[in-house]
Amino acid sequence: MNLRKIASSTRIAFRALRVNKMRSALTMLGIIIGVAAVIAMVAVGSGAQERIRQQIASIGSNLIIVQAGSVTSSGLRMGAGNATTLTEDDVTAILRECDSTSLAAPVVRGGGQVVYGENNWGTQILGTTPDYLPIRDLRIAEGVGISDQDVEGAARVALLGKTVIDNLFAGEDPVGKILRIKNVPFSVAGRLVPKGQSPTGQDQDDVIIIPISAAKKKVLGASQANYAAVGSIMIQAHEGRTGDVEPQVSGLLRQRHHLQRNEDDDFTIRNMEEVFKAQESSAQVMSILLAAIASVSLIVGGIGIMNIMLVSVTERTKEIGLRQAVGAKTRDILGQFLIEAVTLSVAGGAAGIVTGVAASLLISYFADWSTVVSSGSIAVAFLFSALVGVSFGFYPARKAANMDPIEALHYE
Amino acid sequence: MSKNIIEVEHLTRTFSIGDMTVRALRDVTLEVAGGDFVAIMGASGSGKSTLMNILGCLDRPTSGIYRLDGVEVNGLGRDQLAEIRNRKLGFVFQQFNLLPRTSALENVQLPLLYRDDAVPDARERAMQALAAVGLADRADHTPNQLSGGQQQRVAIARALVNDPQMVLADEPTGALDSRTSVEIMGILQRLNRERGITTVMVTHEPDIAEYANRQLYFRDGQILRDEKVARPREARREIALWDQRADRTADALSSATGLR
Repeated sequence: MNLRKIASSTRIAFRALRVNKMRSALTMLGIIIGVAAVIAMVAVGSGAQERIRQQIASIGSNLIIVQAGSVTSSGLRMGAGNATTLTEDDVTAILRECDSTSLAAPVVRGGGQVVYGENNWGTQILGTTPDYLPIRDLRIAEGVGISDQDVEGAARVALLGKTVIDNLFAGEDPVGKILRIKNVPFSVAGRLVPKGQSPTGQDQDDVIIIPISAAKKKVLGASQANYAAVGSIMIQAHEGRTGDVEPQVSGLLRQRHHLQRNEDDDFTIRNMEEVFKAQESSAQVMSILLAAIASVSLIVGGIGIMNIMLVSVTERTKEIGLRQAVGAKTRDILGQFLIEAVTLSVAGGAAGIVTGVAASLLISYFADWSTVVSSGSIAVAFLFSALVGVSFGFYPARKAANMDPIEALHYE
Repeated sequence: MSKNIIEVEHLTRTFSIGDMTVRALRDVTLEVAGGDFVAIMGASGSGKSTLMNILGCLDRPTSGIYRLDGVEVNGLGRDQLAEIRNRKLGFVFQQFNLLPRTSALENVQLPLLYRDDAVPDARERAMQALAAVGLADRADHTPNQLSGGQQQRVAIARALVNDPQMVLADEPTGALDSRTSVEIMGILQRLNRERGITTVMVTHEPDIAEYANRQLYFRDGQILRDEKVARPREARREIALWDQRADRTADALSSATGLR
């Protein structure tokens, strides 16, 4: 088949398809639905993946959390974060000794009622140092952050998340106002940029951040045994070195806490990236599953093409015989019917892409589910539809090409 | 002219239908000189169509030799036979076999499409072939816009377009009325004489066979009689006579009624 023959076969194919408009349209419908389903499902799946990726980014990149207490501690199961084995000195030591860490911040947290005017709201109170903000990728929308001086002087200043502001201030500008945290007056230093939901479904904006010293002394109260104790330590690793943090920090803390070889850790290190990677891969599995189910309909569409091509070959037996009589070779007939099948599937594929993109937009609009239509999925769907045409058109085309010219000519 | 275009030696063709073996051709030996006009006659089942299929390189003999234009074709493969049909042969069928919804011009161009080499002047060649059968003005008509005779002329133009050495006509007038039949025979006779195209025609109408130079009668897969036609009928003269008679009738009619 050279270009000249391909061009004329394409023309013949178009003419043949135009003769049976309804039939061609119905056949194409199978492919249209298949391609559209693949594109829409992949878009839904990638939308879910994208959402998780955004949530992971919102947690803060290269984030490692060290929590006091271990999951099993000397046979006694302690909830991580409840024991008070980590201290602020551990934080300084980590920063000094572990070269894989770039930032570290101690955190104490607790719940508490917050009052402003007539409104009150129960929220999470988080005491920490200024480095907590860059580690968690938190930004100040308005006002100022917490300074080192605030921490040293246990200043009563607070940063407010959006949820807290919405519930307490009702449209009023909170910056500079005085609110009461567990009955202790604090002035609002700044307002945080909203972060939305965490990958675990928590509202990351329902929080008040205050200096760790103020939290311990005035709001949450410190452990009597160890004034310097903290609930957890947030660590940001240097880019690409998250894997080194765990062994380095673990070694250092074991040494500092004087743990013997046979003793369990009295802290838990969690690499958040690994936790969320697992979620991301489960979303990926879901999107592959959706695409796989959708491609079943593409295959059904292909069977439709094969069916109609077999009908077409039988109907045009006499034409095939004539073409053979005037010199069409096996590959000429094969090519002609293959092109016809591919024309059907590619035209269906093109229409399917349009339908699929439209369906994705409708899903994200009505179901409020973010969908991502990638050019990759469009290209794959298009190629796949052409492939369906070739593979399902091959059997009918070969049947046509292998006809006996005499029988074909005399077919009634 | 004296060179034989067809040389068939001891040709047999058997078909197996279930347990039965049908011997459609039994030891047929035949020579056809280049430029001859042969009519093949015989009852249905006599083997004439089987011979036509083999001569047309559509079928292969069970045994025996078939040389077309000096080339032994009985050992050739499917696509090689297709190539020979394309370049050396032209086919005319009883039912015309034109592609529906396709213009006369495109129908005529069809054999050029299947040539391995590009034909840059395909359109012009097809137009010339249409002109040779007197249908240049119907080039863009589709078959359903043409009469039976016109359709058969398009089919003849299609057979001509690749300058074949031989035209094989299978009951070319079988679906036409007698006047149109004579016209078609006129075209075949003219191409045979002017261009020297060997013509082999199967027919069961004795009067149509009279336009050929030679008649073969088949019975039971063998040639029963092989006769030269002393004075073939002349289609062109008959048409001219008809037209004259028609004119005279019209004259007589008009003078009798006092019109004109």
